[in-house]
Amino acid sequence: MTVASSSPPSPLPLRGAEGVTPRAGTRKARERGDGALAAVFIAPALLGFLVFLLWPTLRGIYLSFTRFNLLTPPEWVGLDNYDRLVHDPLFWDSLKVTVEYVVINIGVQTVSALAIAVLLQRLTQSAVLRGIVLTPYLMSNVVAGLVWLWILDNQLGIGNEILQSLGFDRIPFLADETWAIPTIALINVWRHVGYTALLLFAGLQAIPNDVYEAARVDGASEWRMFWRITMPLLRPVLAVVLIMTVIGSFQVFDTVAVTTAGGPANATNVLQYYIYGSAFGRFQFGYASAMSVALLVVLTAITVIQYRITRAGRTDLG
Amino acid sequence: MRLRTLTALAGALTLSLVTGCAAGEGTGASANTVTYWLWDANQLPAYQACAKGFEKENPGLKVKITQLGWSDYWTKLTAGFIAGTQPDVFTDHIQKFGQFADLKVLESLDDLGIKESAYQPGLAANWIGQDGHRYGTPKDWDTVALFYNQKMAKAAGLTAERLNSLSWNPEDGGTFEKAIAHLTVDKNGRRGDEPGFDRHNVKVYGLAGNGGGYGDGQTQWSMFTASAGWNYTDKARWGTKYQYDSKTFQSVITWYFGLAKKGYLAPLSDYNIQSNQANTQVASGKAAAAFDGAWMISTYHGFKGRDIRTALTPVGPTGRRATMMNGLADSITKGARNKEGARKWVAYLASDKCQRVVGTYGVVFPATPAGTKAATAAYEKQGIDVTAFTEPVADKKDFLTFSYPITNYAADVTALMTPRMEDIYGNGAPVSSLDQTNSQINRILSQ
Repeated sequence: MTVASSSPPSPLPLRGAEGVTPRAGTRKARERGDGALAAVFIAPALLGFLVFLLWPTLRGIYLSFTRFNLLTPPEWVGLDNYDRLVHDPLFWDSLKVTVEYVVINIGVQTVSALAIAVLLQRLTQSAVLRGIVLTPYLMSNVVAGLVWLWILDNQLGIGNEILQSLGFDRIPFLADETWAIPTIALINVWRHVGYTALLLFAGLQAIPNDVYEAARVDGASEWRMFWRITMPLLRPVLAVVLIMTVIGSFQVFDTVAVTTAGGPANATNVLQYYIYGSAFGRFQFGYASAMSVALLVVLTAITVIQYRITRAGRTDLG
Repeated sequence: MRLRTLTALAGALTLSLVTGCAAGEGTGASANTVTYWLWDANQLPAYQACAKGFEKENPGLKVKITQLGWSDYWTKLTAGFIAGTQPDVFTDHIQKFGQFADLKVLESLDDLGIKESAYQPGLAANWIGQDGHRYGTPKDWDTVALFYNQKMAKAAGLTAERLNSLSWNPEDGGTFEKAIAHLTVDKNGRRGDEPGFDRHNVKVYGLAGNGGGYGDGQTQWSMFTASAGWNYTDKARWGTKYQYDSKTFQSVITWYFGLAKKGYLAPLSDYNIQSNQANTQVASGKAAAAFDGAWMISTYHGFKGRDIRTALTPVGPTGRRATMMNGLADSITKGARNKEGARKWVAYLASDKCQRVVGTYGVVFPATPAGTKAATAAYEKQGIDVTAFTEPVADKKDFLTFSYPITNYAADVTALMTPRMEDIYGNGAPVSSLDQTNSQINRILSQ
């Protein structure tokens, strides 16, 4: 304490190399040191990126041009897999099913999460409530899927028992062509909505309170403040959340695998499940890779479009 | 110093990532150990007992048995073939055999000197590949019969004798359909064959639903299609053409899934492979009867408060009863680490000595006649009558037994037939749609 207060901050330290200002020299030396340290810190993540992401992606793209059953060497077939993909009605059907799932899942999830986040911000400060909202997210997708499968079972499920006792007909939620995809989409909404709400809630916390106070002074209603203040200022966060959840939603697999296994009659044969079945069921790794590349292209395009439309990189906050 | 410490820490983390990837071998393979996989938890104690006998006869050799559930089993086995972590020996299923033969992951077992006559008829021949080599040794067999709830049958006035003398045809369903209709009860207590029966509000289905049956219909429709004179393919083994476009097949399928429309067979929407298979429907009292395989005997007889009996499959238009007779086998993987030990273990598994031991546990019918006899005696001891399963094997005059279709591209056939049959069963799609699926399948087979 004494030393610090008795030493005035000196702009000219005496250490330094010849011909270079001592300060710049120190910074450079520090940068060199930091660079090495940074490289070491980045190494694990970089290695993970190279081994688990870049290399599999490149290899996947290569395999999409081959016929490959994993156990014998891949055989180059040019664009054959892509030609098959274009003419495969099941691929287009599974893409359609996936889009249907994403629209319901993201639509309901985003609106509900936004409502929950705004309620959490405007009505309560309770950490317990925030915790409760997040609870389903602590469960694994497979467990959530299985629990809902039992609840909604047409013959034995408690959900259907309740429906019947209330005088309604039983609904084959996961066993009917029309109901299966919306049901799976809503099961995943139930599991993810708390997490999405929490992300949006964090975004809401960043909006300065004085903006609301000023609006209140001007006599604005909660509804008006939501549309005129909350939504515009939350937009960048909402956009990022949307991009993340849409990508995640397109990759739905586990819930389908444990509840319907793609059925009935391919009604829930989402793209990831079709890819999995082609690869690990039918050993058509070349074709499965081509479908994965197609999914990558679709997701990239959707992300770019979303990013542009929502202007996710910019904020309206003065 | 600080930097060096951090560098060392980060370096160690990176290294642990790299080595962590390679550390997960864990197959337990060694020169003295034979690794063996099976999927049926009920059979684990029987094979553990068998392994004990083997280890006694082969000092220094140990058998490490791993049991995995049916779905995990095949996923893990596939992953094992790819990663080189496959077991030395595994329980093989005929449905997967064609694919494994295509992938060339099985070791030839020609030198084990398996004699077909040493096993129940047809079991040994199924495991010979198209190249003429043997890839599996017969292990056990199963047939299909009708499990029924005795209390419900009694209430319907159906005796065991009556249920064992049923016949069917695709036109009016014969006495079999009449019995199933009579076992069906609606919400108001009316039976399926009584006037005013409400097929939309059924309390107890006469016959439980067990899904669309993929491409084989083992416990769904195969006993009907076979007793009507239909075969899956143009040849008994390694056929090159499927026959789902046959008018006979399609007429049987129309009649069978038509039972659901009449309210006698539980609809597809009541079935789920995870939560509500046929046995669950019988256990919960939602169905009075179900076709199921011999591997389910212990399960059905284990239902608390239910007296479950079994009856023969009905006589078909050919004048014979039919049931699929499926047999499992033991196969050695090409990448086995201990091939010598694996051969010894497989030879032991296929021997009368081991199969008799397995038989005494009363959980499965071993492939050798002596093993079968031991199993029948063990079931009898438990008070379980297994005649409905053993008679088709013993009486070849009145019974037709047939195998799973053995062809290449079995996984593709299943992938194409599963949604097709579900569409017919669940959505009422026309059976003529099978023509197109059949062409697709045959196109794949002709590649």
